Amino acid sequence: MNVVALVLQAGLRDLSRNRWIVAYALCFLAIAEGLFWFGGTGPQVLLSLLNLVLLVVPLVSLVFGTVHVYASREFVELLLAQPVPRRQLFAGLYLGLALPLAGAFVLGAGIPFVAHARDGATVGGVAALLCAGVGLSLAFSAIATWIALYTDDRLKGVGLALGAWLATTVVYDGLVLGASAAFGDYPLERPLLALMLTNPVDVARVLVITQLDVSALMGYTGALFQHTFGTPVGTGIAAAALLAWCVIPLGLAGHRFLRRDF
Amino acid sequence: MITLGTIHKRFGALGVLEDVSLAVRSGAVTALVGPNASGKTTLIKIILGLTRADVGTLHVDGRSADEAGAYRRAIGYMPQAAHFPPNLRVGDVLDLVAQLRPGETRDDDLAQAFEMDAIRDKFVGTLSGGTKQKVNAVVAFMFRPALLILDEPTAGLDPLAANVLKEKIRAVRREGRSVLVTSHILAELESLADDVAFLCDGRLRFTGSVADLLNRTRARSLEDAIAALMRTERATHRDAVGTEGAVAVPPWFVPQPKGVA
Amino acid sequence: MTRRTNCGLLALMVSVAAPARAADLTVGAGGQFASISAALAAARPGDRVIVRAGMYREQTLVIRTPRLTLEGQGWPVLDGQGEREVLVIAADDVTVRGLVAMNTGVSNLEDRAGIRARDVRGCVIEGNRLRDNLWGIYLQRSAGCVVRDNDIEAHGARQTESGNGIHLWYSSGARVERNHVRGHRDGIYFEFSPHGITRDNVSERSQRYGLHFMFSDSCRYEHNMFRDNNSGVAVMYSRGVVIAENRFERSWGSAAYGLLLKDIMGGAITNNTFLRNSTGLFVEGSSRLQVTGNVFTQNGWAAKVLADADENVFSGNEFSGNAFDVTTNSRSANSTFDGNWWDEYAGFDLNRDGVGDTSFHPVRLFALVVEQHPAALLLLRSPLVSILDAAERVLPVLTPEALVDHHPLMRPPR
Repeated sequence: MNVVALVLQAGLRDLSRNRWIVAYALCFLAIAEGLFWFGGTGPQVLLSLLNLVLLVVPLVSLVFGTVHVYASREFVELLLAQPVPRRQLFAGLYLGLALPLAGAFVLGAGIPFVAHARDGATVGGVAALLCAGVGLSLAFSAIATWIALYTDDRLKGVGLALGAWLATTVVYDGLVLGASAAFGDYPLERPLLALMLTNPVDVARVLVITQLDVSALMGYTGALFQHTFGTPVGTGIAAAALLAWCVIPLGLAGHRFLRRDF
Repeated sequence: MITLGTIHKRFGALGVLEDVSLAVRSGAVTALVGPNASGKTTLIKIILGLTRADVGTLHVDGRSADEAGAYRRAIGYMPQAAHFPPNLRVGDVLDLVAQLRPGETRDDDLAQAFEMDAIRDKFVGTLSGGTKQKVNAVVAFMFRPALLILDEPTAGLDPLAANVLKEKIRAVRREGRSVLVTSHILAELESLADDVAFLCDGRLRFTGSVADLLNRTRARSLEDAIAALMRTERATHRDAVGTEGAVAVPPWFVPQPKGVA
Repeated sequence: MTRRTNCGLLALMVSVAAPARAADLTVGAGGQFASISAALAAARPGDRVIVRAGMYREQTLVIRTPRLTLEGQGWPVLDGQGEREVLVIAADDVTVRGLVAMNTGVSNLEDRAGIRARDVRGCVIEGNRLRDNLWGIYLQRSAGCVVRDNDIEAHGARQTESGNGIHLWYSSGARVERNHVRGHRDGIYFEFSPHGITRDNVSERSQRYGLHFMFSDSCRYEHNMFRDNNSGVAVMYSRGVVIAENRFERSWGSAAYGLLLKDIMGGAITNNTFLRNSTGLFVEGSSRLQVTGNVFTQNGWAAKVLADADENVFSGNEFSGNAFDVTTNSRSANSTFDGNWWDEYAGFDLNRDGVGDTSFHPVRLFALVVEQHPAALLLLRSPLVSILDAAERVLPVLTPEALVDHHPLMRPPR
């Protein structure tokens, strides 16, 4: 096995037994199952989970990710002292964090939909929600890794993580909302579409609502939003944007990891 | 075995290592000593490639240190404190390190001596500090690298385990391999070390054999000798501050290490 | 009612005067007649003309004999060859069944229909297939007719090149039942046709409305399925309309409505299902409507009730999974929402009477924002929007004060 796979395997083994990760998965499981239990139909449960996914997945990925990278510092140094290239080690470490987070989410949020497959949630809707959650897990794990490698001050790192969470989940949309009110007289559709691509939480949200809220989005004049993001090409663009939100922070984090002193 | 040439390292405005040149002999145990924050850990990390020197050269086992880190095949490293992922089993940790270094000659002596088989299935998070430190030692001694770097190796070990470890260090020396070791317990180092490198404020103030050091400082033990060095160093530092750059050099002071190999 | 009784009496008198002698005239292979027009010319009142399987390309057929039955066996095809109307009923109490009427072609000068009833009474058009006609079945000033079990399909490319599937004009007291209409401009169309009953039909993929009626008072629309119609269903300028147990599904677009009610006075909208429409129910300028027992699920806007609609009562409805439950265009809304089930209601029921202890504001702040800045729709389901909506619900500042459900149900009413 190569270095990436070995380090990833160690990460998977460690975090799959981590009580926070297990609790995270169980929380999603309990909430999704609970929503079904209290009479929710598939589409309703999807919509209820969407808000949770948009808030909780970035938060947990950022805070857990940052803390985990700090906590792994000494072990990483031990691995760095072995005859292995830093680049491969970094890839293994990132995947060893991001995949367990994404996996916990998929298991927790996904199993209830499999169990309640007859409750009317479309495959497309469930897939969109799970993909959005996975994308957010990967993107915010990368951002967390970057933050933790950027500053050695753990308090500052966790502070930055929380700041990133607030900025992406709430503040950014507030600015967009303010802008759309302030410049309401101008044709805003295309600038707004572009703005949606530059925030991972919005990209994830748009991916899901183009599946779940077709009815509303088709109600927009010319159905521009649905025709932009609801088509395979649009879904591809949104997926590419989310991927960019994994790759760019990961690149920055990797650059730092390759150059920095431990 | 290792040769470091004119290493300089700064962290921002803080100079950590200045003009450090050091050679570690094969078949010898070299003690790296110095007060806290003297740069010992940074020097070790530069040798391991964890930290990069601003200036300087590093050769390990005749090979120049490379970016890909293949030269680290020649090094076994035991960090000061063991921090393994708590939810890995001991066996997972040992297997991981073993698989990261395929094709190297195994040395299972210490693993047997510390009875790793009995705790292979235990989670690292459940181990006592002493047991973790045993795992830490086993990881470092798992192969037969030309150089072992041991940072406070006996810290946290019970006397019996510490004794086993010291015996292992002597065995490594007998095999013609070299060991670079730091410790706070100078008496322990005295029983192990052949050579001493004394680091203070980022500069190497002495390198040479233990015998040489004792001779020069007219001390009876390594501890006395190092204490004498540190006292002199403090005085020098005060003088240096007081007289703006004028440095009183004690008679035994070695400005540049002579070849010890 | 009196008129219908008179009709029946008249029919009875006619049949007594000319004793029953109902002959069968057969057209086609092995029959007495080679063409349908020849058989129609020979037929006497009360006769049955049986058309055997085959392709019939004749001039427009006109039935002028009362009480005639024109019946196809083995789906004979009456082909308009893209040039003309296929069949016209111009006598009372005629029955037409089992025919395939097709290919009237498009004309800008005349309204060509597959089957037209013109100035008659009591016709029955049942179990026919209509294919690619400009208009499907056209009742023109024809009272008391029955149109049932017909299968009507068109593939008109554009609205302007397509007529309606079942078209009623000044035809009162019609029964339109169990028809399946696809791909016409309007699936079912009523104009100036009161007292009709439309039930158990399926109308889908219409280029405009699945059902469109105007100036047709006291009609009932029950148990129909309207889906994938371009603009949904539009009901305008009528009184005393009953719309019950229909399904309105997947009308998508900025001007598409599951059900559009414009200037409807008095009526009941009961036990319908509105599923996945851009706007489920759109109410404009209508008053005294009872909207009860309906299910609004997964619509963009479940109910848009404009401020010029008043004294409408929404109760016992179920709202779930909609992007917006209720919107309006003014703070002074006059419709009443009372005793509905809202999936977004998060109140408690401490006295366990099935009614929530706190009231529910179904108009979200974000709905008003989108009303004014449509592009903001793209922030739908953003956590920020949820926070704003929650804040507005606690301290309503901008949303209509009057639009409050004081007795929100704890469980869906079904």
